[in-house]
Amino acid sequence: MISGIFQYEFLQNAFLSGMIIGIIAPLLGVFIVVRRLSLIADALSHVTLAGIAASLFLGKYSTLFLGLNPLYMGMAFSVGGAVLIEKLRSVYKHYEELAIPIILSGGIGLGVIFISLADGFNTDLFSYLFGSVSAVSRTDLWTIIIISIFVILVIRLIYKELFLLSFDEEYAKATGIAAKSIHFIFIVMVALVIAASMRIVGILLVSSLMTLPVAASIRIAKGFKQTIFYSILFGETAVLGGLFLSYYLDLAPGGTIVMISVLILILTVVFKKLAVRTAV
Amino acid sequence: MNGKIPIIEIKNLSYRYERENILENVNLSIEKGAFLGIVGPNGSGKSTLLKLILGLIKPQKGEIKLFGEDSKHFRDQQKIGFVSQKANSFNTGFPATVYEVVASGLTKKLGLFRSLSKRDAAKVKEAVASVGMEAYMDRNIGELSGGQQQRVFIARALVSEPELLILDEPTVGVDAENVQSFYEMLEELNKAGITLLLVTHDIGVISDKVTNVACLNKGLFFHGTPSEFEEQKIGLSEIYGHEVQLLTHDHHEEAAHT
Repeated sequence: MISGIFQYEFLQNAFLSGMIIGIIAPLLGVFIVVRRLSLIADALSHVTLAGIAASLFLGKYSTLFLGLNPLYMGMAFSVGGAVLIEKLRSVYKHYEELAIPIILSGGIGLGVIFISLADGFNTDLFSYLFGSVSAVSRTDLWTIIIISIFVILVIRLIYKELFLLSFDEEYAKATGIAAKSIHFIFIVMVALVIAASMRIVGILLVSSLMTLPVAASIRIAKGFKQTIFYSILFGETAVLGGLFLSYYLDLAPGGTIVMISVLILILTVVFKKLAVRTAV
Repeated sequence: MNGKIPIIEIKNLSYRYERENILENVNLSIEKGAFLGIVGPNGSGKSTLLKLILGLIKPQKGEIKLFGEDSKHFRDQQKIGFVSQKANSFNTGFPATVYEVVASGLTKKLGLFRSLSKRDAAKVKEAVASVGMEAYMDRNIGELSGGQQQRVFIARALVSEPELLILDEPTVGVDAENVQSFYEMLEELNKAGITLLLVTHDIGVISDKVTNVACLNKGLFFHGTPSEFEEQKIGLSEIYGHEVQLLTHDHHEEAAHT
């Protein structure tokens, strides 16, 4: 396979995209998990599906959309969904979590309508749902690279504020941090990363790449920076291992990546138990 | 210690929430170097008053001046340190070390896009040491006891070198044994020149530490020294609807006799 990476462009695309996503998805995931927003990733991935389906549907009937990478409309829907979630959260002040099932089911409902209207697609919908090693194009790769540079740069710039907002929202507001703007920038980044990760890991499993490595990392890490470090390490291991298995065993990478993440999670739980026992 | 420069000036402040009066015509000022204890029963508007001072909500009537400036335009939040009730402020499973938590107290002071310099890092370590927690620098905050966590939050408030420290029921969830040493630490901070505003429902335990007492029950019923408060306690218990207990420490009695 290593030689395959040099030989085939599609493998290069998949592996490079995977390596990048293995960094940015868990990086944002740390903030998502500690802020107890894990389900937002699920809601936004389903909205992305609606965008992809809309793009594929329109492509069938209009040449204007035929040449358009479905990823772009997926992203637009995802960011739109993120904005809607924020609006709904302020409408239902006492039931903030309601925003998530509303957007999640709305997204999948809309997606299903587009899929039925299109009466089947030329492009394999399966690869959007569960990821694919062969479907990542050069333009996908470039889009993913640009999003990642943007996300890493922004996180670097507002790391302090994001940390404080995640740790203690009331205190952050009391100290005069622009909590609303920071949160908005954050949620838009989440939407973009979800759309970017979807090519590799698939819409249905994209949230797992943001949460499972973090869940494992939290078990063993000391402090926040270490949590980020281990999350990226586990995310990267899962993505690369998953892509490798996917290529050789001819399985959808979404499945293999998530199963490796689950395995890492189990190992960290066992490791922590053993460590506590030996310490006692 | 008692200069005459008001750090907080509250004039005719009222606040309503869903047709209920939470605060009615409150007038209060806190001078530089004071240690003011605000006491009042549950639902007396203490938390609302703090939220108004901290700028989390805006006054509907009246005004609040912080360091001489209208609270609506106040942007020097780093001059104010804030320690909230431990119980509702954070997720104990949060993976952050004591160092990271205290460093987050510099967020506003540093401003956007700037990260901690070596000097800032030294300041953080100094603040952690000032509350006696240096041995726990790299421990996760969730592994500490309630009293230790509250010390860390004091350090977080102190790291930006505030002139005013506001504490909202800081000893809720702290075991009795550590409450005393916690208040001793506050007394030390006050002696070091920091103005303190402490909100509590139990003035008894701190009556020997504060320099001023204010009693709040929607309106302000009393504002004076702990010994004056002691003299008027019968009237106050009527206002509160239950017995107000005030333990006066020896030196206040001595001061009253001399």
